[in-house]
Amino acid sequence: MQRVIEFFAGLIFGLGLLLSGMTDPGKVQAFLDLAGHWDPSLAFVMGGGVLVGVLGFGIAKRKNKSLSGQVFHWPELRHVDRTLVLGSLIFGIGWGLAGFCPGPALVSMASGEAKAFVFVLAMLSGIVCFDRITLRAQEPLACAKNCP
Amino acid sequence: MTIDWLNFTPWTSLAGGLLLGVAASLLFIYSGRILGIIGILEGVLPPKLGDTAWRFSFLLGLMLSPWVGQWLLPADGMHAPQIDASWPMLVVAGLLVGVGTRWGAGCTSGHGICGLSRLSLRSLIATLSFMATGFVTVFVIRHVI
Repeated sequence: MQRVIEFFAGLIFGLGLLLSGMTDPGKVQAFLDLAGHWDPSLAFVMGGGVLVGVLGFGIAKRKNKSLSGQVFHWPELRHVDRTLVLGSLIFGIGWGLAGFCPGPALVSMASGEAKAFVFVLAMLSGIVCFDRITLRAQEPLACAKNCP
Repeated sequence: MTIDWLNFTPWTSLAGGLLLGVAASLLFIYSGRILGIIGILEGVLPPKLGDTAWRFSFLLGLMLSPWVGQWLLPADGMHAPQIDASWPMLVVAGLLVGVGTRWGAGCTSGHGICGLSRLSLRSLIATLSFMATGFVTVFVIRHVI
């Protein structure tokens, strides 16, 4: 049952991305192009998502356990630090250059878009390379606060 | 700035956004997991024992959405993608998105939808940061270069 619900969460999320226009890089870049012929549509995507999300996470906050019986995996990190900001700034550059962010790129790849496939391959390499480099960098450091 | 009224789709974008919120709420309330695409991908690269089934179920649903969407979504709601970026540009952009979201611990879904819904300051800062460079980058590639 749990696997079915998770499958539908993915399906609904993908349908939402397709319907909203997020899977069209041209539309994403038109939203990011404030100085040009601006298409404000995508502000409504985040607005709609957060509107429902506030209700959903509000319900979760008042419960001890998820419906499947597993604990809620609330994100543990609270602090704002350099890596959060720098990482997000770098992500925004990539997002602006291609008009793809991770979810829509996966959906676009699944619909048979060759360019999305190349983007996803590069993105996955980025994640894997990052993990390799940071793991190697962390080993010699006796980091008291960063290591789990 | 001029508004592109011709391509402005407030209703389908809002409806799509509501679906994103429904999916994120469903996954968290039922399974207790945050719907963040990068977080989900990271857990299967490489797969870790006992923590992958929900990720693969979700990703399978996500990947089947274009196929299901052919029947479910209104024809005018399906945007035929327009990809202007060249192949080398897509590789550079993909690498930046991979490294950036991994380093910043989240993307548009994890920070943008889930984080803002949880009223997380951390996610608000992340969202403002990637929006800012997104705006600047498009300004540079469309109006400067």
